[in-house]
Amino acid sequence: MKQITIPISDETIRELKVGDAVALSGIMVTGRDAAHKWMIETFIKKTRAPQGADLQVYEELKKLLNGSAIYHCGPVVSGLDTQEYKFVAAGPTTSIREEPYQADVMKHFNIKGVIGKGGMGAKTLKGCEETPGVYLHAIGGAASYIAQTVTKVHGVYKLEFGTPEALWVIEVKDFPVVVTMDAHGGSQHAEIDEASKKVLDNLLAKPF
Amino acid sequence: MRDLTNEILELLRRASSSLPPDVEKRLRESVEKEAAGSAARGALETILKNVELSRAQSTPICQDTGTPIFYVRYPVGWSTLKLKAQIRSALAEATKKSYMRPNAVDAVYDKNTGNNLGGDDFPYIHFEETESDDLVIELMLKGGGCENVGRQYSLPDNSLGAGRDLAGVRKVVLDAVQKAQGQGCAPGILGVAIGGDRGSSFVKSKEVLFSEMVTRNADPKLAALEERLTSESNEMGIGPMGFGGKTTVLDTKIIGLSRLPASYFVSVSYMCWAYRRRKMTVRGDEIIYD
Repeated sequence: MKQITIPISDETIRELKVGDAVALSGIMVTGRDAAHKWMIETFIKKTRAPQGADLQVYEELKKLLNGSAIYHCGPVVSGLDTQEYKFVAAGPTTSIREEPYQADVMKHFNIKGVIGKGGMGAKTLKGCEETPGVYLHAIGGAASYIAQTVTKVHGVYKLEFGTPEALWVIEVKDFPVVVTMDAHGGSQHAEIDEASKKVLDNLLAKPF
Repeated sequence: MRDLTNEILELLRRASSSLPPDVEKRLRESVEKEAAGSAARGALETILKNVELSRAQSTPICQDTGTPIFYVRYPVGWSTLKLKAQIRSALAEATKKSYMRPNAVDAVYDKNTGNNLGGDDFPYIHFEETESDDLVIELMLKGGGCENVGRQYSLPDNSLGAGRDLAGVRKVVLDAVQKAQGQGCAPGILGVAIGGDRGSSFVKSKEVLFSEMVTRNADPKLAALEERLTSESNEMGIGPMGFGGKTTVLDTKIIGLSRLPASYFVSVSYMCWAYRRRKMTVRGDEIIYD
């Protein structure tokens, strides 16, 4: 297993290949559906005017995300009343929903790692080549286990999106992931989709 | 009438943090089928570590604590109004205790209610009066990732060459598994309803998932199809998490329904490996969880 610490250099990213197991450490940010839509509309396409503290949050996110990772995760968090936040359960959510946004968000913020589950499509794969960055697959449903790798919750932005959808700034130690899309155009998801489609076609052609 | 709020809270804790033994057993059997050192085997090993940890800590197996689906079978004389209020208050309490994630989002105004209580439909509660003296509450937590890869087909489906018979049912179910890839958190469990209208068909495709693993349909034709679908799904090599491998589907459960002459729906509900379902029985003063 490769040990990688955030911030991640372009060189480190280019060394990673589909199938590599990685233990990731450092400070990253969670962000899923509402966060991606908000980042695209407010700061990238600018179809929506910034509201409240949006511009200040943007400046802080730019620093946090540069060379770092975004984690598709809607955690269960304790300590909401006291603001002594602790991640209780924090597995990945399905990434493909961010396919319309991800490549632009990666390039805009120089995000090196997109962490989630289920993989992403051609647009994000191109984003991985251009940024450069990688897609890191976490184990779906392994929520208590992954929460143990979250050593500290540094803070939260946009809590008005709700606990699952907010952007949580977390520090992780040895977060286990597998590279399933690399910066060289390799995608395990595309390969398995294609191979399983061939098996399906054979099965469909069989008599009942 | 007895107040069951605390007992239902305990049911929620168990459902969210303790995977049923039959599911865990099936997952353990699957590890041995995957090659040593493979990503598939690594995924299953992590899954099992997580299962143990969640049970020991009373923390959610998966952070997506899903749609809470309650089936309540109550003896004559119980008030469903009161039971519903108790279920709702237990769910809000379970959310406060971090057994559950606040999961009810208003679809029009994009607002998370923060306490897991949405409109009348969230949580989903099905009531049925029984002749038994026992009150039985069954709970299933179904996450969004696997719910999103569920599919409904209207047969005939020309693109798949699927006609209105069990041969056609087989084709569309295999198609659903291929399209799901790893996105429903494979290895999954398939709930399949044949017939019904669009609504009842989907509801029954989930209801059938309340039965234990590897209990086969009483109809030998459907029992054979269940086994065939599990084994053919596993030929596709999608594997745990879509990493490739031998374990794509752990089990298949089929239910046959009545249909209109004009309609032939096949609904496939995909359940993730985190197949969270628990049951409580109120028998006199006694509460039995299994």
